[in-house]
Amino acid sequence: MSLHVTGELLDSKRVGAYRHLTLVAPGVAERFRPGTFVALTLADSARLARRSYWIHQVRPVGGYGPALQLVVEPIGVAGTWLAGLPVGSKVGLTGPLGRPFALPKEPVSCLLVGEDVSAAPLFPLAERLRERGCAVTLLVAGRDEAHLLSALEARRSARAVTVVTADGSVGQKGRVADVVVETLARARAEVVYAAGPHETLHAVAAAAEDQGAWSQTAVEVTQPCATGLCHGCALPVVGEDGVSRTVRACTEGPVVRGDRVRWGALA
Amino acid sequence: MSVSLGALELPGPVLVAAGCGGTGRELEPYVDLATLGAFVTRSISLDPRSGAEAPRVVETPSGLLHAEPPSPGLEPFLASELPWLVRSGARVVVSITGRSLGEHTEIARRLGRAPGPVAVEVAVSGEPFHAASLVAAVVRDLPRGLPVLAKLRPDPLRVVETARGVLDAGAAAVVVGDAQAAALPDGRPAGLSGPAIRPVALRCVTEVCAALPDAAVIGGGGIATTADARSFLAAGARAIQVGTALLHDPTTAARIAAELDQETP
Repeated sequence: MSLHVTGELLDSKRVGAYRHLTLVAPGVAERFRPGTFVALTLADSARLARRSYWIHQVRPVGGYGPALQLVVEPIGVAGTWLAGLPVGSKVGLTGPLGRPFALPKEPVSCLLVGEDVSAAPLFPLAERLRERGCAVTLLVAGRDEAHLLSALEARRSARAVTVVTADGSVGQKGRVADVVVETLARARAEVVYAAGPHETLHAVAAAAEDQGAWSQTAVEVTQPCATGLCHGCALPVVGEDGVSRTVRACTEGPVVRGDRVRWGALA
Repeated sequence: MSVSLGALELPGPVLVAAGCGGTGRELEPYVDLATLGAFVTRSISLDPRSGAEAPRVVETPSGLLHAEPPSPGLEPFLASELPWLVRSGARVVVSITGRSLGEHTEIARRLGRAPGPVAVEVAVSGEPFHAASLVAAVVRDLPRGLPVLAKLRPDPLRVVETARGVLDAGAAAVVVGDAQAAALPDGRPAGLSGPAIRPVALRCVTEVCAALPDAAVIGGGGIATTADARSFLAAGARAIQVGTALLHDPTTAARIAAELDQETP
């Protein structure tokens, strides 16, 4: 069940190229599961579309109970506004929204692949998988060190961490597509979770299919309302029945099986 | 605060506008659909339609532009969406859409046999004469006398003539107004909805209510607050529709309904 509430910004700190925002939003954090997101209302009332952000962490904050942490890249209308918001600001938000990552029933080996700011939902997933006894391997990618979501804290949840950056500023130089096949084989992963640009998700889904692993991809599509009302966030998929159709990324997704997405049809 | 719209009695003046309430299920976390005047479904075509290519819904100052929406098709709608809505306790108004008169009447015939809906809404965007013919055909082919709501574009130059035509053709009420004809930034045809069109819609409601004082008018177009709703009711609308505002804040309809209810002695 999702809630529409007024949240309050408790903290905003710069981490690399991003801003980590901590928001108290009564009832929303309690219902969080990894892979769900929140839709924010911009303060500019002339802008009607919502803006979706992955829930990166849920952490208790003294005196407030559990609070949400979002990672914001300070670009575009929403990112610039959010990054500049002073602590104490009120923000209208709806959440948690979307279908979360499905967790394996058995304690199997899992590979988590994340790129840039889109990797945000994978970190709480890693914790949840470890609690279930899954061996977690992380592949974290970024265009450079500043845009790499910190793999440091994730090391606690992961058995192995591979870091790649496009410019080689930290870890191996390269892209996810260059290393995912080998990383997947080495981890003997049975389930692969991916969050990143479409191209990266496609590469991961293809590698998983080749090696007989299940893949779950967190697909970012612009969501005008983010609540399933407008049918404006079409995600092209192939259904269980083999028929091509589109589903709403916000309600039937944003996490969907990688082998079900028609990546070529995704704008 | 019950509302009488011709043959249609509703328990309240706030309706969810077509295409802005998902399938109903998505709105339910934020409002008890049974407490609203009615829920107008997304527009249902005879056969499934995939809708316009992405981006289909685009932000514009104080509005949203929307190209043709997807439709599940009539049979899948009757099999799953409609029964769920009826069970939710909502008064269900089915919005229908077609590319021809024949498609509209075929939907009307089949819809009329389905249990549950309290009315049918049909958007009439063409010339006044064609609008009246369309409404007459749908009214004629709907079994068991379901009321027909005709939804008109908020065009101040033609709205009174169109309203008169569709009411003469048998519409129980007119909905003023629909999205404004517009284009996406890439030139594809779209509708413009939201507060950007509210003053124009209010003008249309005012003119229709003044020219046709006995007409049952449902006002709509960019209503986002209780004050907005009040201005449409003051202009003579008996009920209002909330649409785009729900995409911005899904609790809007519940809030306006509760605030209007509190004001009623």
